[in-house]
Amino acid sequence: MPEFLINALIAGCGVALMAGPLGSFAVWRRMAYFGDTLAHSALTGVALGLLLSININLAVTLCCLLLALVLLGLQNNRSLTTDTLLGILSHTSLAFGLVMVGIFGEGRIDLYGYLFGDLLAANTDDLIMIGATCALVLPLLAWLWKPLLSITVHEELARVEGIKVAPVKAALMLMMALVIAVAMKVVGVLLITALLIIPAAASRRLSKTPERMAVTASVLGMVSICGGLALSFYYDSPAGPSSVLVAALLFCLAQMRKSDF
Amino acid sequence: MSKNGKVLLSGEKLELILGQRHILSGVDIKIHRGEIVTLIGPNGAGKTSLVRVVLGLLKPTKGRVQRHNKLAIGYMPQKLHLDASLPLSVTGFLKLTGNRGSRILEALEMTGVSHLSESPMHRLSGGETQRVLLARALLNDPDLLVLDEPVQGVDVVGQAALYQLIDKIRQQQNCGVLMVSHDLHLVMAATDTVICLNQHVCCHGHPESVTEHPAYLELFGHSAQSGVAVYTHHHDHDHDIHGDVVDSDAPADPTIKSHTHTEHCNHG
Repeated sequence: MPEFLINALIAGCGVALMAGPLGSFAVWRRMAYFGDTLAHSALTGVALGLLLSININLAVTLCCLLLALVLLGLQNNRSLTTDTLLGILSHTSLAFGLVMVGIFGEGRIDLYGYLFGDLLAANTDDLIMIGATCALVLPLLAWLWKPLLSITVHEELARVEGIKVAPVKAALMLMMALVIAVAMKVVGVLLITALLIIPAAASRRLSKTPERMAVTASVLGMVSICGGLALSFYYDSPAGPSSVLVAALLFCLAQMRKSDF
Repeated sequence: MSKNGKVLLSGEKLELILGQRHILSGVDIKIHRGEIVTLIGPNGAGKTSLVRVVLGLLKPTKGRVQRHNKLAIGYMPQKLHLDASLPLSVTGFLKLTGNRGSRILEALEMTGVSHLSESPMHRLSGGETQRVLLARALLNDPDLLVLDEPVQGVDVVGQAALYQLIDKIRQQQNCGVLMVSHDLHLVMAATDTVICLNQHVCCHGHPESVTEHPAYLELFGHSAQSGVAVYTHHHDHDHDIHGDVVDSDAPADPTIKSHTHTEHCNHG
């Protein structure tokens, strides 16, 4: 197997591993739109990275984290619904990123790769970045699993039972921002939410506990990445979108299973 | 059995202003160990807000809530909406409290729903959900149970059964109970104190036994189970449409001694 393919497999599977449990929370807490908004802001990060000539991975990560904090603060604003706010932020940051990249990135940057992913070009730097994110996010998720589940079930009940809701919620959002920042490499800005949501949704029918659903989602995500890479290798299709298609196929297959739970 | 227990929790002159709205003003509340306090009042009277203040979820604008040292509270929220996308069994839901399986089964047996232990949460009926929530509140070994409309959406016979269960729990655990009722007149028979709230405490007192009460007999006849009681309000003031207090000329009924007036009642 050529080295670029091995790199791509490791990078893709690493992201899918984290996307399983986080995507499950995105499904349970109805945060799909939130994921979209964070993902779109990644392109602004790319533009800022170019503009300030700092490492683009770093700029994207910082941009996602910053936006997650802004969104956390805006949730307390009652005059506009979260839905509308996210809609405004999401598309503004996407448009801003496109304009910036158009002006400053001409010839220096592969816009297509950022929008739809560039998995086959994953290099050692990307692998280190994804590995470090895994090393941070996976143990944190395991540690916060119970409180995260509790606030998903009933926030006030969790608070009465002594869970510090605000920090737990912030941790979830920041983890999501981190994963989205590294997932941009795999499936691109426009398809990140798909990698979060589709494997999680597909695993719902196959699981009777939240833990099972999270793990199944990780496995289905990794299968999608492998399938996408295979398609890309044999038919020269773009790897990121191909993986999303495989995930969608898995989702359809899962729907055939009858679930009474 | 009521007021010889220790004071578990007390709030004095509680004031709550949210935005421009005055939600609570000058509310006093006191709950003793072993006592059942029922909170009634019209929609928008601030019942749920008062419960949230008591629970520490809302900070009162003025006044303060004093809790007995290390008070363990079991809280049963009004509603629990679980998304069907979350595959959570009743046992899984109760395990979030950090308890072991055997204790969970005990709590479910106590509330009479142990047969549901493996059912998915989002498939439970309203009454079943209430009992599972009550089991969860019990798992915290509460000194004080706070129940927000525990019998909402349950028919009168079911209400009586739930009320009997709450009374049994109160006796076994020797805890205090603060309960919000969705009905202005029918409350739990074992209630020691009823507090009628409409921003301020309108009146408070003891409910009358339902079996003797003509209004209840007229509604449900002699065959209805006991467990439910009627609370007769004796306000000496009315509220205008803004909720402000208006003096009313009707004198208080001197034959009723079971309720006490507060300083807000504006009468001698």
